[in-house]
Formats: sequence, structure tokens, C-alpha cells
Amino acid sequence: MNILSKPTGFFKRLCQGLSRTHNGFVFGLEKLFTKARIDEELYEELEELLLLADIGFTTSNQIVEKLKGEVKRKKVKEAVALKSILQEILTNMLTSFEAPLDISLHSPFIMLVLGVNGVGKTTTIGKLATRFGREGKKVLLAAGDTFRAAAVEQLEVWADRAKVEGIIKHKPGADPSAVAFDAIKAAKAREADLVIIDTAGRLHNKSHLIAELQKMKRVIAREMPEAPHEILLVLDATTGQNGLQQVKQFNEAMGGITGLALTKLDGTAKGGIIFSIVNELAIPIKFIGIGEGTEDLRDFKAEEFVCALFEKSQGN
Amino acid sequence: MFDTLSDRLQTVFKKLRGYGKLSEKNIQEGLREVRLALLEADVNYKVVKDFTEKVKEKSLGESVLKSLTPGQQVVKIVHEEMISLMGDEFHKISMSPNPPTGLMLMGLQGSGKTTSAAKLANLLKTEGKKVLLVAADPYRPAAIEQLVTLGDQLKVSVYADKEAQNGLTICQGAIKFARTGGYDCMILDTAGRLHVDEEMMLELKQIKECINPHEVIFVADAMTGQDAVNAAKSFDRKIGIDSVILTKIDGDARGGAALSIRAVTGKPIRYVGTGEKIEFFEPFHPDRMASRILGMGDVLSLIEKAQNAYSEDKAKELQKKIARNSFTLEDFRDQLQQIRNLGPLEQIIGMIPGAKKMAKKTDFKEDEKKLIRLEAVINSMTREERNNLVVIGGSRRKRIAKGSGTTTQEVNQVLSQFNQMQKAMKQMKKMGMIPGFGGNPFKKKRKRR
Repeated sequence: MNILSKPTGFFKRLCQGLSRTHNGFVFGLEKLFTKARIDEELYEELEELLLLADIGFTTSNQIVEKLKGEVKRKKVKEAVALKSILQEILTNMLTSFEAPLDISLHSPFIMLVLGVNGVGKTTTIGKLATRFGREGKKVLLAAGDTFRAAAVEQLEVWADRAKVEGIIKHKPGADPSAVAFDAIKAAKAREADLVIIDTAGRLHNKSHLIAELQKMKRVIAREMPEAPHEILLVLDATTGQNGLQQVKQFNEAMGGITGLALTKLDGTAKGGIIFSIVNELAIPIKFIGIGEGTEDLRDFKAEEFVCALFEKSQGN
Repeated sequence: MFDTLSDRLQTVFKKLRGYGKLSEKNIQEGLREVRLALLEADVNYKVVKDFTEKVKEKSLGESVLKSLTPGQQVVKIVHEEMISLMGDEFHKISMSPNPPTGLMLMGLQGSGKTTSAAKLANLLKTEGKKVLLVAADPYRPAAIEQLVTLGDQLKVSVYADKEAQNGLTICQGAIKFARTGGYDCMILDTAGRLHVDEEMMLELKQIKECINPHEVIFVADAMTGQDAVNAAKSFDRKIGIDSVILTKIDGDARGGAALSIRAVTGKPIRYVGTGEKIEFFEPFHPDRMASRILGMGDVLSLIEKAQNAYSEDKAKELQKKIARNSFTLEDFRDQLQQIRNLGPLEQIIGMIPGAKKMAKKTDFKEDEKKLIRLEAVINSMTREERNNLVVIGGSRRKRIAKGSGTTTQEVNQVLSQFNQMQKAMKQMKKMGMIPGFGGNPFKKKRKRR
């Protein structure tokens, strides 16, 4: 497996993660900015590139309009100058949604992780556990996915790798709320710093499965007022416009998602849907996943994220 | 799936149909809306471009503009183009003349390969094939256990080698095992991988060369955005795709991936995953899907579903019972269950042309809840009670209410409704409305005369 084990500078890693991958976007943009004139055709091509990055029609339109406005205001004549303006517009859209996770605010800090099937919830939890474990935190994992075959075993492997304080698990088919309940009890007894509760993947339009999540939240809050302190929604970067629906519906059902983790940015997908998400729903982005190594789950930084989108790719 | 896309397209079409005469401008406007609807449905940008250009070209032809119903003609063109985009009719997976037939599943991480492998195995098993599932993902934690557990549930053998370091070794062992074991087919569940991960793509290539699979199936998530075509194209170029399984279409994704993958690779979508349960796996009929997207309903699928859910013997038995006035709550419960077997009410309604629009305001989930409560009430009765309502007195009613988590009022309601139903059946029988039994429908009239 291609696990680049050496963590290099964050920016370099992010670029590496994105470079082989967002070639389409980068290449297209580079070509666009070498054009002689700024005209309607250029704007149309830009919109096309934004759409291809999954940014979505409405948001792409807004971005192009903003760019047009800036070009007029700054009296820009050359296409070359567009790059930095566009970069600025995109960065500004995301900056206020940087929100690194601070788990020292509560003890134990209770984190509930959810998302649709196959976005990488368990993997993200494994990486988070490893990261906070390395920081010397006492981490407890709760195997709340009692539905999918071998989901518990999968989390156990991660628990092993991350050398966490412990893993709370029940039998397959058990009530996930009961798992959460036990996890919080255990966390209090063992004075854990962080509890990460896994949940079964579920589509956001399945009301009975959403009700199950709501119950989990209720049970957690009963055991510990104010908890869960973080409701993290994991989103696959390859997701298209449906990502907006996912976030919208989970957000409504859970009475507010507190953060997003955008995974699988090491593919060719650009995760452009997050522009639409922050634009419409204003939900902070906590983490991005740029590779399979444990250190490839990073805090989200708007400037670096956008920079990486524009960075010239090496080779490939 | 496809609901929002379908809604939007129908609004456009309604507008187009409304014009007595279509001008080029009308068509341009309509097509702009179509383009938007498709883009929002995650249909690939380039596919959309080609699609709208083709429709435009055909729509601007003389025969359309001069026709009496130009709007209708445009809709027809869109429909035809949509079918050609999605491929023609459904073809089953064929079996190789030299067993074991190798079916190789591949795709990105989290696209649903393992679940699809199990669903496919279950389908082939019900067709009487001896199936071997091969757990060829030694990388993801507990991926092998997942397939083994699923195999246990389905009673399908699973080839698992936990010592193996890579997928190729596993597949080499599996093919020997399948040959000696006399299996009809083997389904390879390979590890999820990125199409840009050269090392992992090389492994797939080696597995393909070693197994020489009968069919290489690309598993794709229906919620994928513009990137769907990049991944599919890459897998096709590097490994070669024969067909596609589209997963998670029970979400509210608009299914653009389905339209795009077929368009760029030319490979047919064979099956779609419609739910988390193993049996939620259906053949993909492009022609029917195109009709559904355009709001023309899908009566064929509905009939097939009904045929699967109802057995003829049961239907005959039921007729007899009604004829003998011995239709009991027990039979009624059977009927209820059969209706529920058809799938969620909303899905069924969606297959009837035009019904979806009509039924828009109906809360199907509420209705479904009522059915569940009704069934709970019946389930809480003893067999004796179900067969003979007369014995249900006050204290029994209380017990039934408790047992079903309902109230005595609700139980009373169920009982009185069923009473009325029985009466109505008697009436129907008298009038000869139940075929093959009872009187002649004209009898009464004749008497009167």
C-alpha cells in the first residue's frame, strides 16, 4: 500500500495529496490564466472548471460574479492577475470556517461521529484516536456500529494500532445508544480525556435510522449534560451535489452538526462541494483526509486548502 | 433516486408542452433548464454538454417545429436520448462455459464492494449456482471478517486467507480452491483503491491476469459527483471494465453518476443496490429508468414486483376464502404483509405514471406507520382470536392493546373496520364482483325487470 510514512511539512503533504489528483482543476486553471484577454469566454470556461470540481451551479455562479466584480473594481486587464484574485475569493469563503478541535474544553470530551455509508467514519476515528493518543490523551472508543458485519472488529484493529485506553463494544445488533451509554460511564470511571463514538453508516433520508441517532444523542446528553461536545459529520470528497443534502439533513436532525471531516482528498475529486456547504449552511470544517497514513488526517486550513488547489502539479 | 431530477425536468417539459408553437428561443430556454437540472444531478459536465447539443440539434429539425405538438416531440427526443445515454435493455450476468465463472469486483474505497459481493452471491445462489465468495482485501482492517460474516448469514462459502499479504496471493489460492470444489462461480471482493494509486492498480491488473475473470465489474457510489467519470475511465483504461454495479441509490442522490459512467465508458449498469439489506439488489433497466426520470412511470417494474410478492396459489386460496365467507384477520394479515413486501409505498407510487404528482402531499411515512400499528394489533391476538373475532371481549381487548403498544380504542377501531370489510366482501360476492365465484352481476337487474 502506498503509505507515505514520513510526515513532511503540512503544506507539502497536502499538495502531494492533492497534486497527482487535482490535475484537472489545476491544469485547466493554469491554461485559463495564460489567456490574453479577460472575456465572457474565459468566465464561461472558469465556471465549467468550478462545476467540474463539484462546487455546484449556484456557488460557481456566485464565485464568477464576485470575480467579475473584483476585476471591474481593480480594473484588471490581464488574465494572469485573475489567479490571485480567485484564490483570495475562494480562501475568504472558507477562512471563517476553520475550526481546529479543542478537546481540552471538556473532560471527558464526547465526540459522536456520523455519516452516510462508506465515507470513512471508522478510518477517520482510527486516525483521530492515534493522533490524540500520541498527544498523551486517554482515548476511549465506542463501537456504535452494531449493524454492519465486522464493523466492531474493524474498530478493534484501529484501537490496537492506536493503543487506546479501551474500546467499548456490544454484541452485533445491539442498541447503539446502550454502547454510547456504557462508553460514557466507563470514561467517567477511568477518567478518560476523549470518547469517540462510532456509528453505523446511514443514508440521511432514512428516517428510522436518523431517529436512532437522535436517540443516541438524547442518551448521551442524559448521562452528561452538554455532551456530545462534538458531532462530527464525515463527508467523502468524491460526493457530488448530494453532499449538501447530507449535511443539511443530518444538521437538522441532530440539532446542529458541529464540524465536518472531508475525506479521500487524495483521489482526483476536489471536494468542491464544501464551498457550497459553507456557503449555504455555514458549518465549520474540522479535518481533511489526504491519504491513508495516520498522519494524513489534518486540521483544515483554508489558505492551504485553496493553495493546494492551485499549486502546479509535479510530473504526472 | 432521480426524484429531484425528475421533478425539475417535468417542470421544464410542462412549460414546453404549453406552447402551441415552439420557437428556437423557447427550445433554447428549455434546454438551458434541462442542462441545469442535469448538472445539479451530478451528471458530468461534458456529458451534459453533448446531451443538450444532440437534443437541440434534433429539436430544431423541421419535423418538430412544424408538428402539432412540438413540446411533446421535444420530450420524446429527450426520452430517446436519455435511453441511448443509459444503454438499452437489461442483460443478466452470463456464466462462462468453463466454470468457475470469475466475477471480479473493484472500485474506490467505500463504494460498497463487499456488500455488493454478498448481494450478488445471494442472487446467483437463488438461481441455483454454487457460489464462492473470495475475500481479496487483506488491507482494510476487518474486511475479511466482514465478508466471512456475510457469507455465514447467506450460507455461501467464503475463501479467506488471513495470512496472505496481498490480494494476488489470495486470488491464486481461491481459483485452485474453486476448481477443486466444483464451484459454478467465484466473486472476488478486491480492496478499495484510488485509481491514481499505481501500486494498487498494478495489483488489480495482476489479479485479472491470474484469474482471467469472465466479467470485471466496477462498483460505483450513486452519490459520486463529477469525479465519477475520472475514476471509471481510469479503471477502464488500466484494468478494463465489463459492467457496472451502482450502489446506494436509495439515498436522495440524483443519479448523475449512473448517466455519466455509462456515457463515458460505454459499459452497461447491470445491478443497483437499493437498500442495506441483502435482498435489496435489483436489475437495472435503462429504458424503464429513463421513463421514471421523465415522470412516465414504470409500470413494468411494478407488475414484476407484484408478481414476485404474490404467489398464484395464495391468490386462488384467498378467492376461495372470500367465497366461503371465511376471510379472517389471519388472512388479512397475510395480505398486509404481501403489500408491504412490495416495498415502501412511496416507491410503489413512483412507478405509476402520473401518480407521483397527484400523491405529492400524501405523507406515505405516516400511512406506513398506520399499517405497522394495524399489523401490531393483529399480531398481538392469539390465533384463535384472529380466526374468530367474536371471542374478543373487553379484557382481551385490553391485553391486545397492551401487547401491541396501542390503545383499546385503536383495537376497537381495527375490529370494527374489519367487520365492515367482511360485510363489504359479502356484498361483493353477492354482486359477483369476485371472479369465478358467486352470482352473476346482472342477476339482480334482471330480477328487477
